[in-house]
Amino acid sequence: MARPRVKVPKKASKGEVITIKTLISHKMESGQRKDRKTGEKIPRNIINKFTAKFNGKEVFSVDIEPAVSANPYLQFSVKVSESGEFEFIWVDDDKKTYATKKKITVE
Amino acid sequence: MNLNKRELMTLGLGTVAALTLPALPAFAEGDKTAERIKTFTGGKEPTAGKVSLSTPEIAENGNTVPVSVTVDSPMSEESYVQSVLILADGNPEPGIATFNFSPMSGEAAATTRIRLAKTQNVVAVAKMNDGSFFMDKKLVKVTIGGCGG
Repeated sequence: MARPRVKVPKKASKGEVITIKTLISHKMESGQRKDRKTGEKIPRNIINKFTAKFNGKEVFSVDIEPAVSANPYLQFSVKVSESGEFEFIWVDDDKKTYATKKKITVE
Repeated sequence: MNLNKRELMTLGLGTVAALTLPALPAFAEGDKTAERIKTFTGGKEPTAGKVSLSTPEIAENGNTVPVSVTVDSPMSEESYVQSVLILADGNPEPGIATFNFSPMSGEAAATTRIRLAKTQNVVAVAKMNDGSFFMDKKLVKVTIGGCGG
């Protein structure tokens, strides 16, 4: 579960605004649903934070609440002025962390 | 509680005023939504404009409704969008997500997919680095609600 997938262009020109698309499989249990047999609420477990860093510096983040769909999809922009590495981090209510990295060459 | 006629009258008027006034920003059942906006803006009234929400007019499946937001901003060190709060006024809880931008974002634009329990308004409030706030609102008609269980 929870394998992140990220699309970042391999190359960009200096100062270009690139689009990044991320998707991670996670059921995003909202805490609103009830177990059909017992009638008890299923405890909440969602990814509550997403962070994107470029060369160690935070460039974009999202505070996520239960109304974001299962397998949360996020698309955003970053202006790149140098080559480097992106790091994407997802954290869920169980404090599980999922991360992936992507390199980009800026010419 | 003992009230004379005059006190009752003032009380009555006060109640009428209290009921009609908050209805103006058009959040019928959106007290929680209005509260969230207040917390986000620190009590400031957001202005219409600059923010643009893009949502489907009709969402057949409320479990996954695409929502995009863009804010008109140069996104420079001097002038940029700090964050955008996304809410839905007809869900059990109005909160959806907060996008936190930086001047390195290049443009203040983000897309995600959200759950909508029923037909309702999606609201976006943007916080600029100069402390001003802007807002947009879009009605989404939902065919099958997305909070099932």
